[in-house]
Parts: sequence; C-alpha cells; structure tokens
Amino acid sequence: MGPLIPNGLIPMEWDSIIAIIIGIAFGFVLEASGFSSSRKLAGVFYGYDFAVLKVFFTAAAVSVIGIYYMDYLGYLDINQLYVHPTYLWAAIIGGIIMGIGFVAGGFCPGTSLCAVAIGKLDAWVYVGGIMIGVFVFSELYSFFEPIYNGYFLGNITLVDSFGWNPYWVIFIFSIIAIVAFVVSDVVRKKVKKVFYS
Amino acid sequence: MKTDKKTNSHLYWNPYYGGFLLGIIIIFTFYLTGRGLGASGAMKSSVVTIVDEVAPTHAENNAYYSKFIKEDDTPMNTWLVFETLGVLIGAFISGSLNNRIKWRVQHSPKITSRRRLVFALAGGILFGLGAQIARGCTSGAALSGMAVLSTGGFITMLAIFGSAYAFAYFFRKNWI
Repeated sequence: MGPLIPNGLIPMEWDSIIAIIIGIAFGFVLEASGFSSSRKLAGVFYGYDFAVLKVFFTAAAVSVIGIYYMDYLGYLDINQLYVHPTYLWAAIIGGIIMGIGFVAGGFCPGTSLCAVAIGKLDAWVYVGGIMIGVFVFSELYSFFEPIYNGYFLGNITLVDSFGWNPYWVIFIFSIIAIVAFVVSDVVRKKVKKVFYS
Repeated sequence: MKTDKKTNSHLYWNPYYGGFLLGIIIIFTFYLTGRGLGASGAMKSSVVTIVDEVAPTHAENNAYYSKFIKEDDTPMNTWLVFETLGVLIGAFISGSLNNRIKWRVQHSPKITSRRRLVFALAGGILFGLGAQIARGCTSGAALSGMAVLSTGGFITMLAIFGSAYAFAYFFRKNWI
C-alpha cells in the first residue's frame, strides 16, 4: 500500500531519481499549458485569460478526487500523507504578500522556473528576487518568528477543522470549480481582448 | 513563438487537459513519496547554501538557516532541489518542441523592458518573503495542500488569489 517510498516498497535510493522524473513531467505540463508566459498568467487577474484558474482548479480537483479514491480502494493510506501544516496568520499574511508579488511580477515560483528554462530574462530577474526575499526573511527571522511559528493549529485538514465529510467537501469543491470555469468564460467574452506574444 | 494575432492562439495546451495531467502528476507524487510538489523550496536551499559558503558562522548562528544546514551534507541534497532540476529540464523540452526558446524580456508594449524588470524583481522579492512566512508557495502550500484538503493550503490559496485580485488595479498598466 502506498505511499511507496515511505513504506519501503521502493528503495530510498530511487528518491532523487523519482524527484527528477516527477519534476520533468511537472515542468513539461506547466510550460505546455502556457505558464512560462507572465502575460498569460496575469490574464486571470484582469479577465483576459483564465488559464491559471482552469489549470490550477482542474489539477486540484483531479488530485484530491484521485487521492481519496485510491485511499478508498486501498492503494494509498491517506493518513500517511504529509498534510501542509496550518499556521493561521502565517498562511494569511504570507498569502497576501505572495498575491502582491504574483500580480506585480506576473509569476509564481514554479512558473518562473519554466520561464527561466526557455530564456525569459524577466523570469531570471524574478527568481533572483525570490532569493533576495528568502534572504531578507532569514536575516529578519527574529522579527517574523512570532507569526511564522505562532497560531499553530496542527497538520489539519478541512475534515479536522470543521468536521465535514471529506467526500462532500470534494464534491462541493468540484461543483465550485465547474461554476468558476463557466463564469470565467462569460467574463472573458466581455473583457477587452489583450494580444501578446 | 508563432502567434496567431487574430485568435490570440499561442499553441498552448487546452487548460483542462494541462490541469488534468497536472492532477495526475500530483496523485502520482503523493502515491510514491507521501508528499506533494514544490518550487520555492529549491530557491530557499540555494540561498542557505550560498550564505553557508560565504559566511558559515553567520549561517550557523541564524535560527532560520541553521534549520537546513546538515553536518555532513550540502543543503542542496533535498528532494525539492532534484525536482526543480527536473522542472527546468521538462520546461526546456516543452519549449524546444514548440520553438519557444529565446532570450528575451516579455512585457506589454505599453511599458519598457526596464519597468518590466523592476516590477519582476520587486514581485520576486515579495513572493520569496511571503513563501517563507507561509511555509510554501502556490505549488507547495496551495496546490499540494489542497490535494489532501489541508486547511492551511486552502487559506493560503484564498489569500494569494484574494490579494492578487485586490491589488490588480494598481498594477494594471503593466498588463492591460
């Protein structure tokens, strides 16, 4: 039963090889979906291109459905999976800062790497910026530490937080995603087109 | 890059197709490794490595860098660094197949390259800072978090997109 590497079904030595192979697939799909173009990415915030919304929420819905289905069928033990921890205010404040960075720079870290790979100089500068941001955070760590380590609620899921049935959460999430896709197509038709290359 | 100006088609994949494949990759990643994807982690490892090379004592005394410094190994030997090397390779292959490899600064014709680069730098700094505070970026916190219904993953996702929409007005000249 999965996850395979933590359970010793695939030897640890394969870990780095698997990391590279998964990375290649990840980078290929992002680039082929147009995520190496900041102007395409930024479209989601101005209504002229909703690729980010569609790719991101399709991926989220497919992955959560697939993971819970594999758990249901007994191929994967969901309790062994790493759940991103919830530090309430760090998640909110960090997210707000990232949002400004996203609309100012037109990339997020993963998409900037794709743009770096195809020679976009703005993405090279953006990645340099991320490294400066990490440096600033580390040097001022004692200032950020109360938020970084505070308000820790555990490695919790929506099921733990609200006592919701996970299958209903996934079903409703999928419905919200589909409604968002339909609305985004309506909006895009009304917004002035932006051409870019 | 070939661009059909009339239809605004850039020969990119259908977003639902790309999103579906990305979802499959995330399932596969959790099935194999028990964890999700990431992107900003490798950049953090790079910064830790550089600071540790330049000023080792400073790095060891800093409460943040020291978390990631190992006694007998480089901070670069992490799963996310290898995954990120893969991302660069994968994106390069896709770009090559579609003739998108070219040194250039992409920006709206209404702004200069210089302005684009200044905003890219500022945006990167903010994203790097935010990703450390929230312990992950759009990939590691939001996308991989949502795949296992992490509460923090959903909060970070809502905060990123909510804030980007809220501030989009101030940056409109750069994009539209």
